[in-house]
This record gives sequence, C-alpha cells and structure tokens, in this order.
Amino acid sequence: MTAYIVRRILYAIPILLGVNILTFALFFVVNSPDDMARVHLGVKRVTPEAIDNWKSEHGYDRPLLFNSKEAGLEKITDTIFFQHSARLFVFDFGQSDDGRDIGYDISQRMWASLAIALPTFIVGVLINITFALLLAFFRGSLFDISGVILCVILMSISGLFYIIGGQYLLSKLWHLVPISGYDSGVNALKFLVLPVIIGVIGGIGAGTRLYRTFYLEEINKDYVRTARAKGLSELQVLFRHVLKNAMIPILTGVVVVIPLLFIGSLIMESFFGIPGLGSYTIDAINSQDFAIVRAMVFLGSVLYILGLVLTDISYTLVDPRVRLN
Amino acid sequence: MSYLPHILITDALIYFLLVLVVGFAVYASRHEHLRAPWRQVFNRPLAVAALMVLSVYISIGLADSVHLRERISDTGADRADMEAQYSHQVISLLDIFLGSLRQHSEKTYSMPFATHAFSMETVIGQDGSVRREHPRLLYGGAHLKDISKRGQDIAVKTVTGILVGLIAWLLFAVLIIKVVAVRTHMAAGALWLRIKRGDTRFPWRSALSTGAVISAIVSALIVLSGNYHVLGTDQVGNDVLYKSLKSIRTGLLIGTLTTLVMLPFAVSLGIMAGYLRGWVDDVIQYTYTTLSSIPGVLLIAAAILSLQVYMTANPEQFTTVAERSDMRLLFLCIILGGTSWTGLCRLMRGETLKLREVDYIQAAVALGVPTRKIMLRHIFPNVMHIVLISVVLDFSGLVLAEAVLSYVGVGVDPAMDSWGNMINGARLEMAREPMVWWSLSAAFVFMFGLVLSANLFSDAVRDAFDPRLRKR
Repeated sequence: MTAYIVRRILYAIPILLGVNILTFALFFVVNSPDDMARVHLGVKRVTPEAIDNWKSEHGYDRPLLFNSKEAGLEKITDTIFFQHSARLFVFDFGQSDDGRDIGYDISQRMWASLAIALPTFIVGVLINITFALLLAFFRGSLFDISGVILCVILMSISGLFYIIGGQYLLSKLWHLVPISGYDSGVNALKFLVLPVIIGVIGGIGAGTRLYRTFYLEEINKDYVRTARAKGLSELQVLFRHVLKNAMIPILTGVVVVIPLLFIGSLIMESFFGIPGLGSYTIDAINSQDFAIVRAMVFLGSVLYILGLVLTDISYTLVDPRVRLN
Repeated sequence: MSYLPHILITDALIYFLLVLVVGFAVYASRHEHLRAPWRQVFNRPLAVAALMVLSVYISIGLADSVHLRERISDTGADRADMEAQYSHQVISLLDIFLGSLRQHSEKTYSMPFATHAFSMETVIGQDGSVRREHPRLLYGGAHLKDISKRGQDIAVKTVTGILVGLIAWLLFAVLIIKVVAVRTHMAAGALWLRIKRGDTRFPWRSALSTGAVISAIVSALIVLSGNYHVLGTDQVGNDVLYKSLKSIRTGLLIGTLTTLVMLPFAVSLGIMAGYLRGWVDDVIQYTYTTLSSIPGVLLIAAAILSLQVYMTANPEQFTTVAERSDMRLLFLCIILGGTSWTGLCRLMRGETLKLREVDYIQAAVALGVPTRKIMLRHIFPNVMHIVLISVVLDFSGLVLAEAVLSYVGVGVDPAMDSWGNMINGARLEMAREPMVWWSLSAAFVFMFGLVLSANLFSDAVRDAFDPRLRKR
C-alpha cells in the first residue's frame, strides 16, 4: 500500500512539471515580461525605464531559461523559469505583483473557502444520494419520471441564476440572512447559510440524475435478483446491496473533488463576498495579477492529482476486488 | 439598397460546420445502421419538440451569422465609374430582419411594455417651471394617443398576434398533413384522427402542437415589438429583446465551435493512443493527464489573460470592433476546446483499446491492411457513436459555461451581445431600487429555453446511440 502511494506520488511529478511548463509558456513565452509590464503600467504613459523598473522590481528582468552571464549552476537557477515557476514545486509561491506574500495569503484565505465548500459538498452528496435512492425505489412510476424531468430542468438553469435568485428571495425579500459578507468564528454562520443552500440546490439536478443511473445499473444485475429471490424486501435490497455497490462509481466522482474544496468556488465567493481563495483568484484575474493566477493554477493541479490518488486509495478500501499492484 | 458580404472567421467555421452536418445527414440517411437510431430519436415526442425549439434558435443564429456591410448611397444615383462605398459597420441578416428593433433605442432603462422611462428626469416645462417626471419614450408605445388605453392595446395586439400565428400554422399543418397523407396512401381525415390520438410512428401530434406554440409566440412578439419594447430596454436604451436574440449566436457558437475545434485532436489522438499503444500512448496519455489536471476555469483564465496582453501589445492586428470580439470568441472556443478534449480523448482511447482485440480488426491486420487504413476505415466509424453522444451532451454545458466565464471576466468580449454579459450587467441592476429585473429575466428565459431543449434532445440521442442503453 505504502509502495503504491509512493509510486503514485512519483508519477505525479512529471505531470506537475508539465503543468509548470505549460503555465510558464502561457505567461512568459506567449507574452514577454515587457508586455506584462505594459499592461500593468497602462499603455499610454509607458517608458522603457518604467518597464525595466517594473521588471526588476518583480524579478522578471532575468533571461527566460538560460542565463549565460552567470557562472556554474547559476546559469540555470538565475532565470525566470527557475525563480518563478520551478519554485512552485516546494510551494514557494513568491510575491504577488503588488508585493504581497502569496503563500501567506493562501494559508489565510483557504479556511473561508473550506467553510463554504465543505458543508456544501457534504450536504449536497447526502441529499443527492437520498433523492436518487428515492427515485430508484419508485423507478418507472410517474414520480420517477417527473423527478427526472425536474432534474433536467434544474440542470438547465445556469448556476448564476440560483445565486441571484437565492440572494433576492432569502435576503432581499424575506430578510432571513445577510446578502453577502463574512465574519470570523461563530459569527460566520449566518453568512454561510445562503451560499451553502444555493450550492446544494444548484447541484441537485445533475447529481441526483447521475446517481440514479448508477443505482439503475446495479439494480439490473444478477445479485440483486438473487437478493429478491431469497425474499428480501425492496427496501432491504436497495439499502443493503444496491447502495453499497453503487457507492463505487459515486466515489469516483466524489473523492476526486475533496482536495479541490480548498480552493473554493470562484463564482460563489465573489457573489457572496467571501474572502476565500476563489475570490482571491477572481480578484487576481480582474487586476491581471499573473503571479497569483500562476500560483493558483499550480495549486489547483496539485490538489487535483492528490484527489486522483485519494480516489485510487478509496477504491481499495471499498472494493475488495481492486488490488493495487 | 445593396450590400457587400463580409465573412468573419467564426462565420466561415459555422458554414463549414453546417456543410458537415448536412453531409452527415445525407450519409446517415443512406445507411440503415445509422438511420435506425435516428429514427428512434425522432420517434420520441419530447425529442421532436425539443428539436423544433432548437431549430428556431439555430435559424436565428444562422441568420445572425451572415454578415454584410451596407452600401453608403450618398449621391442617390450610382455612377458606374465610381467604386462603391460600403459602411464599416458590419451588420447581419438578422439585423436587417429586425430593422426597427435595432434602431429603436431609447435613452436608458424602461420597463417591458413601458411608455415612460424607468427613471425620473428633470424636465423644464414650457412656462419655465422645473419638474421631475418620467419622460415619454421615443418609441415604446409612441403610437398611443391615450396612454390609459395601453393595457387594451397590448391585449388586442397580443390576441391578434397569437391568432395570426395560429392560423398561419394551421394552414401549414394542413399542407403537411395532406402531403403525408398522399405519401403514406392514407385519407387525410383518417390521418388527422390518428394524429389527434397520438397514434403515429413519428410523433406528429407533439410536433404540430409545439409548432403551433412557437408560431403563436413568434407572431405575437413580431406584432408587439413593432410598437413596444416587449422586454424593456437596458442601460443605454437598447431593446432587450434584440440583445437577447443577438446573444443566441454567441451561445450557439460557443456550444458548437468548441466541439468542432477539439474534435479532430480528441478523435485522432484517442484512436492513435488506443491502437498504436507503446510510446505514442504514453505521450498522449501524459498530455491529456497534464491538461486535465489543471482546473478548467483557471486554465481558461490564464489563457484569456495572455490573449488580452497580446491584444494590448498588438492593437494593429485587430482593426474593427467586430473583428476584435470575433477573434476573442474564436480564441475562447479554442481554449474551451483545449480543456474539454481530454474527456473525449480518454473515451476514444478506451473504446479503441477494446476494438483492437475484436475479430474484424484482427482479420484486417491478418489481411495486411495498412495501420492507417485500419484506424480510418475500421476503428473510426465504430467509435463515431461516442463522438456524437459526447458532442450533443457537451453542448448545453458549454452554453452554460459561457455565462459563468463572462461573469468571471474571461468570457467573450464585453462589447459582444451574450447572455453572460447580460447577467453580468444585471448585478448592478439588481442592486438598484426599484430593481431592474427584465434584462436578467430575458437572459434567463432565452438561455433556459436553449439549454433545456438541448438537454432533452441530447438525452434522446444518447439513449438511441449508446449500445449499453440500447440493449435494455
């Protein structure tokens, strides 16, 4: 098991290297640091000196990949690639373009993201599993058909409308919860209710429908017929056999997103004014802060790969047929 | 008035896509194994109804994809020796159809069906007195002499519109029934009875009734929009109905061009990885694992940021606003394709892995058919159903993604009409007191209609083409 995990982590390294090179290419090769400086300083009142200043301030005045001026190992380390991209590997995110320490910002902001994303995720998955089970129990009936159609309708509404509609109904019309904002500690609770509710409702359509197909796939299998034949009631069949086996495909989709909960949801956080990593990223996009976007791209991929590893491990825990080798 | 056609890059791609679709339709209609699943799709009432709604959207989008430049006729009589002058403003066929809707712009916000502006303005009366009032709109309800008759006028116009639409559709339906009756050698009356009972193979009942609803709505809108702003006006006074209609092209383009861009890569690489195995497989797998491990929104944001920097650095390459936003739209499609091809590529690889062990492939290998030919002639046609399913399933997701991306600020050009931009603008409008709700609602209704019908249709396609589902 340990050997497997170690191998998986080693396998992740070339992928992260690929991610790194890709973002490097996007940010430094497609657009030279000069162009970036020009965007930051404004196109009109830009002078070559100002560009050079900006570049040296942010450490973009080095050569891209190979520094022929330096000696020895410095030839490689004193370059933009090494200083700005390769350092991400040890989670040294460096400074944002306006001079803040990105690593510190991330460690401060991820808790707010988690406070929204984790309850949304847990409640969402539980509700989806329950609803899907309900539909599967009444499969083929009018209840099932109308449930599926309702799911398709819910899926066809853009997430933005759930947010806007929820804010309008619960905050503006009924004054139940504050419309947006965040607070520390227990006081945060009243700010969390609305985003969590909206997040759960927004995911019900797709989730329920997907899980329902998982159940239906299991329900047609032989062992279910055997279970019925030996006289188990439909409820017992569903809970004891179908649910357990359907958990395997459900896990695939669920476990992989757990690490990504840390970086939160871009849209949710910016709508509700939550100081998490999602709004951090959006602010960085809007102010064209390349250092932060680069750091978040890397962090996101690391967490995604972590999610893949966790998925594989969780398989071995729930499915004895899977042997890691 | 004469026009000069002006083809944007995305237009050209749309025409290309159209040719592909028509070509595929002709091909499919000649091959029984392709005709059978399509027949199954067209036998589902819900799918047919969804397709009819979709085709309304598609025809609007296509009309909006024929771009023209108007001839400037300043001298009246054209002289043969003078080279014709054309306006720099690019308009589309749709703009010409909707002529009055495009030009009837007010000063600022007005409610749907309003006769007066939404906000107060300071007006100086004829006797010099200063008053605050809602000024009368330039076009909305301008034909009314007595404003108190507005409700009555709207009701009359709506009913007229609906009746005209229904009658027109009825005539059309009668024609169709006659034709079908002749072709199936049935008496028209008997056919009509069977349609009424829903007792036909092709769901004529749902097709005809959907058509009736569409026709009634369209005709009512046409009648009403001549005199009113049916969905109100936005901040700069543009008609919201016009904006929503123009947004259709953006939504359709994102949904289809993205697929068109990524399809060749996803299919060819997936088949190559699955069939050739070895180092080719390793490289391709590595590429898509790397790409898919970057969260999509972030990759798109990074790429669009780079594009913005490039556009600021090289402004000379993008002369007109239309070209600029068109470039950005195309680029967005390419990036979206870049992030979404990995899923299809993985599916292709998996299916090819399965197929290469199948007897007829083994036989082809034994007969000495070249590898390239095996992949093209034997594997490719047999993975087409997966391609088709994923294309139709992806469509609605992409339309929804456009809205989110535009909201984040990495979507289509802010100057372009799109539902995402409308929703984005609605954020400030919602904070106003009283609220400006109509832009948001219009974007909601139009988007919902498109995505819902796409979802319903794609479900039918999946059910018909997926062999796993077909068995049950």
